Amino acid sequence: MLAKRIIPCLDIRNGQTVKGVNFIDIKEVGDPVELGAKYAREGADELVYLDITASHEERKLFTMLVKRIAQHLNIPFTVGGGINELSDADSLLSAGADKISINSSAVLNPDFITDLATRFGSQFVVCAVDAKLESDGKWWVYINGGRKKMDKELFSWVKEAQERGAGEILFTSMNHDGTKNGFANDPLAKIADIISIPVIASGGAGKKDHFVDVFTKGKADAALAASIFHFNEIPIPELKSYLRENKITIR
Amino acid sequence: MKIAILKYNAGNIMSVQFALKRLGYNSEVTDNESIIRNSDRVIFPGVGEAATTMDYLRQRGLDKLLKELNQPVLGICLGLQLMCSHSEEGNTNCIGIFDVPVLKFLPSLNVPHMGWNTLENMKGILFEKLTPLPYVYFVHSYYAALSENTAASCKYINEFSASLQKDNFFATQFHPEKSGDTGHLILQNFIEKS
Repeated sequence: MLAKRIIPCLDIRNGQTVKGVNFIDIKEVGDPVELGAKYAREGADELVYLDITASHEERKLFTMLVKRIAQHLNIPFTVGGGINELSDADSLLSAGADKISINSSAVLNPDFITDLATRFGSQFVVCAVDAKLESDGKWWVYINGGRKKMDKELFSWVKEAQERGAGEILFTSMNHDGTKNGFANDPLAKIADIISIPVIASGGAGKKDHFVDVFTKGKADAALAASIFHFNEIPIPELKSYLRENKITIR
Repeated sequence: MKIAILKYNAGNIMSVQFALKRLGYNSEVTDNESIIRNSDRVIFPGVGEAATTMDYLRQRGLDKLLKELNQPVLGICLGLQLMCSHSEEGNTNCIGIFDVPVLKFLPSLNVPHMGWNTLENMKGILFEKLTPLPYVYFVHSYYAALSENTAASCKYINEFSASLQKDNFFATQFHPEKSGDTGHLILQNFIEKS
């Protein structure tokens, strides 16, 4: 049976792994290649590397890093951050990335999803969406790392992203991210119901039970987390045996 | 040991080369006919669309070349599908090494079939020394039907050929280069035992 996936996420700045708390403070947590290889050995099913730097020079560093990751890692990995043009995607593919994740650039220019899917195939395109539940009871899409609210509602946007050729949706609830109080299971389940591509849940992992919940109540295909893995609060082997005990299909 | 990786308009060929390097083998990414004919092993990787890729291969005579090879050949993912008789993706005739049709999944579950799934009914040298029901990594929306050439099967929506083998031709629908230690062993079996 197809297994649910556990995906550690590594934020990269200046070639180092960092983890932001609520999209602000930054702490360094180690070499991205070593950390990724360690997660792969421990049973991570995939990895996501997000480049959180902006400048042109640092982008070249990131592409070189992607090549090193591809050389060392024997599981699939996604890279994202600042991918605005087909040529950005092309150079990451050539460096050995299995998938790319796009976020703001897709919201600002939805045709970008279509172009990427046509050129590289849907399996290469992960559409990441940051959204926040507001006092009007609706989930609104944000861009630029959660700094700018857009006039786009979450559910219609993920549906559009699928129709345009996204191969997966990576949904981060800004209300849950950094809280360690559990994933946003209600909107996740709703997304899973309205689209037919895999959904990766992100934001809110704090306890092993949260992963059981996100795969059952949240109907997610994969769950992504960062700090609980980086700081070894929940070792991956321990998480996977706990999920197995709870009848979740896990590799 | 000379290993050729067929170069064509496909995505992420590098990852196969990197995986071989981790096994301790150098390889060459090439579309040069004499280099390919004189290699000890040939790998036909692939991510892409069937009909456009078949056009590309035909224009360069690579389809005929692949069929004529006598050394062990390993097709991966789209490589497996293009070694079959016909694909519903772009309704194209394929190379025809395996007399098996490639069909589109009926979308009763998420398509593409993406992630780690188990291999069943494994037979042949690719799967030597593997533990039962090993997990390997799949990404695909089309599948090769079960046939007498099926060397391993997998269940998703319906049961399909996760691996095919006939004479010197081997193929996997999954990506051994991305399938952790299990994939490492499968590639090693192909290089060292075929």
